[in-house]
Amino acid sequence: MFHYLALAAILFSIGLFGVLTRRNVIGILMSLELMFNAANINFVAFNKYIITDGLTGQIFAIFIIVVAAAEAVVGLAIVLLIYRNWQGIDMDHINIMKW
Amino acid sequence: MDEPQVGIVFWILSFVLLVSAFMVVSLRNIFHCALFLILCLFSVAGIFILLGAEFLAAAQVLIYIGAVAVLMIFAIMLTSNLASKKITQTNENGVVSFFICLIFGFTTLLLIGNTHVWRYSAEGPGTDNTLNLGRYLMTEFMLPFEVVSVLLLAAMIGAIVLARKERS
Amino acid sequence: MTQYAFLIPLLPLFAFVMIVFLMRWKEKVSAGFSIAMIVISWLMSVVVLIETIGRQGAPYEAYYTFLSFTNFHLEIGILVDALTAIMLMVVTTIGACTEIYSIGYMKDDPRFSRFFSYLSLFLFSMLGLVVANNFFMIFIFWELVGLTSYLLIGFWFEKKSAADACKKAFITTRTGDLGFLVGLFMIGVYCGTFNYGGVFDSVASGMIPAGIVTAIAIFVFCGAVGKSAQFPLHVWLPDAMEGPTPVSCLIHAATMVAAGVYLVARSMNIFVASADASLVVAVIGIVTSFIAASIALVQVDIKRILAYSTVSQLGYMIMALGLYGYDTAHHHHSAGYMAGTFHLMTHAAFKGLLFLAAGSVIHAVHTNDIREMGGLSQKMKITNLTFIIASLSIAGIFPLSGFWSKDEIVATAAHHPVFLVVTLIIAFMTAFYMFRLCFLTFFGEPRDQHRFDHAHESPRVMTWPLIVLAFLSIFAGWVGIPWLHHGYSWFLYQGNPPEHTPSWALMTISTIVGVSGIGLAYLVYQKKVISAEKIGSTFRLIYTLLFNKYYFDEIYQKLIIDPIMVFARFMWTFDARVIDGAVNGTAWATILWSDIKEWFDTWIVDGAVNGTGWLVQKWSHLLRFIQTGKVQFYALFIAMFAVLFGLTKVEFASATYTWPKMTVIFLAGLLLLALVSRAITAREKAQQNNKEENRS
Repeated sequence: MFHYLALAAILFSIGLFGVLTRRNVIGILMSLELMFNAANINFVAFNKYIITDGLTGQIFAIFIIVVAAAEAVVGLAIVLLIYRNWQGIDMDHINIMKW
Repeated sequence: MDEPQVGIVFWILSFVLLVSAFMVVSLRNIFHCALFLILCLFSVAGIFILLGAEFLAAAQVLIYIGAVAVLMIFAIMLTSNLASKKITQTNENGVVSFFICLIFGFTTLLLIGNTHVWRYSAEGPGTDNTLNLGRYLMTEFMLPFEVVSVLLLAAMIGAIVLARKERS
Repeated sequence: MTQYAFLIPLLPLFAFVMIVFLMRWKEKVSAGFSIAMIVISWLMSVVVLIETIGRQGAPYEAYYTFLSFTNFHLEIGILVDALTAIMLMVVTTIGACTEIYSIGYMKDDPRFSRFFSYLSLFLFSMLGLVVANNFFMIFIFWELVGLTSYLLIGFWFEKKSAADACKKAFITTRTGDLGFLVGLFMIGVYCGTFNYGGVFDSVASGMIPAGIVTAIAIFVFCGAVGKSAQFPLHVWLPDAMEGPTPVSCLIHAATMVAAGVYLVARSMNIFVASADASLVVAVIGIVTSFIAASIALVQVDIKRILAYSTVSQLGYMIMALGLYGYDTAHHHHSAGYMAGTFHLMTHAAFKGLLFLAAGSVIHAVHTNDIREMGGLSQKMKITNLTFIIASLSIAGIFPLSGFWSKDEIVATAAHHPVFLVVTLIIAFMTAFYMFRLCFLTFFGEPRDQHRFDHAHESPRVMTWPLIVLAFLSIFAGWVGIPWLHHGYSWFLYQGNPPEHTPSWALMTISTIVGVSGIGLAYLVYQKKVISAEKIGSTFRLIYTLLFNKYYFDEIYQKLIIDPIMVFARFMWTFDARVIDGAVNGTAWATILWSDIKEWFDTWIVDGAVNGTGWLVQKWSHLLRFIQTGKVQFYALFIAMFAVLFGLTKVEFASATYTWPKMTVIFLAGLLLLALVSRAITAREKAQQNNKEENRS
């Protein structure tokens, strides 16, 4: 099981790197998806090896997928709005809360 | 119980997964990133099958790749300026966050690695994955099921409201 | 009635209280009330006198012990014997006459009611003094009498001379009272009681050493010296004439100054035990009498002449009492006790009359100076007649009362040749100056026509007391006619008068002396045969000495007052410089300390507060650049801290791994710093970009 968890961990770090680094908003969203998937792998691995009765891990993973989908939908709608108003989705320009 | 071993499939899948994930976060062309995301998600589905969650793998492919990734490609098409490829995709936090994530990864690995005794369950995983999953969704997890459908409804309506055309 | 004799002093006190609290603005009511009270006291005194006569002068005593200690006790009580009864009569009679007279004399004074309240207070004090049965009580009333005298002398306190005079009177009598107080203490210590009877028993028993008895007697006499204006404390009485004339009559002729004589008479048992003290008393008496009579020869203020005359007559009384003590101590017979107290009684009558008549004259001509009077007999008949009657009485002309009492005094002095000669000389001088006063005031040509024209007789309320006192001046002394069996002497000695055969020779000599005095005055001032100016210029030195009152006031000023003033000034300087300096210094030190604290508060405390604000401001200036507005930047921080937190939770297999852990954490910290510095430098970059944009 260690391998699955390790895999999930590395995937999560890569996703984190992307979230912190990408200039494009949709890039950030994609990196976010990576992080979700890492979590999913974790859940299912635990479900298989540690707590095997009840399939709780898998069900939770399903819900994560569903919620991630909903969130991606809304997020992309917001990205569209940003594109309409600022003619670009460069994260560097979204700094209204600046000092 | 002994630590279970992993086979060669796992290694191949994980290699593909990690490479494509790295591509997702670092490529300059956002469209290429989306494609590599799809590849990544496929690999994840494969890992799910390895872990014995077939329905989950199918759901992953259907939902994530079929809906979310496609949606992202739609959004990329609508909004990005694909012509200017010279703009770096990594913002000013690059170096620092690289090291942060590096340390994060190492730390997590260490944490996982130092946990010597995983209380492995004696039983193995069930065989009727889909059947059981369906049964559990309808009985124990009825409430989250209904709630999540409401959530989907809300997300749908929200997206429509947000993205509809402005009335001039 | 005798057991109610304590009411006699209390009625005027009641009048005082009533006037002070209720009747201040109702002048007629206050005068009427106080006169009513004193008249009732007079009536009670008459009854007391009759009862005492009925008892043949035996004493009646009643007292209440209000404070008891182990070796002595204090009491308050009354003692009514012959001396008391006579004094009561004198005080109430003169008091009533004075108050009635004051209605007219003080008529236009704005402080009319106050005058009557003071008079009532004085009468309370004097009557209390007279009925007291122990030395402590008499001392209390002694001081009260001094106080009321001060108040009354300084009644017109707007005049500086009056204010000075009342202070002088009080201080001078107070000096004598100091001696009295010492004597009082000695009585308390050696006799164990203050009661007259107790003290006299102790003295008579011989338990007290002779020197102590002499000392006690002399100290007690000090009080009499002060109060009765004997040498050397006589200086206040002439100045006390600044007070209104009724005051001069009541206090400084008839009653208060008689208190000293009364004290000596009351303490006779002590004086008869000490020949030395009695000799001192007699000598002081005669010396005073001579000095005062000689000064009176050349004075020009009508009241001053009468004042010196009072001092002289008091000297007579004191001398008589002293000689009595001296003679009795040497087991000789003496008439001095009777003479002194008898003269006290008659003197009250004619001196009181003289003062009231003088007041009448002053009221008419508005001046005290006899050089501006003259010929007033045509204008003021009653005043003139009564004045002459009183002058004859004081000169000792048969058969007026003064003759009988003065004769007794001469008889007392008869056994002592020096005293006798001086007494006769004084009698001559007395007759001379009194009739000088008469002739200059009432007869001859008016020297100031303006004043003469405005002069008029006084109203009836003023002349009736004159008539009453004139009546007394003639007849009151007849109780002391030596051939009378149940007369004054019998009364005073409680039915056992000592044998006393009057000497015809002495009576003749004293009459000749008196008549020759009158004759000389007639020649000098009426007939102008002998020139007064010529005598004055011939004996210029003596004249100057007498006119300036032997320079007593100047001597006292130089010897006593000035050193005391220097000392007082020194004390004031000490108080102002040292004590006030200390106080001010403390204030200065407090102010300095508060200045230091203010500095501390402003710079250090406020500095800390302001410094904190300044620090926060500077820090925030630096830190605000962390708010870049970019969410990824914030997310980076979150990730970083999560990493750091996780690092702390990582447990390694063995201790050798801690170094890597620390290193990693250190590196992470460096990363954090790098981020913050990035944020700060980003600001500068942005500013540069803005400047470039503005330029371009």
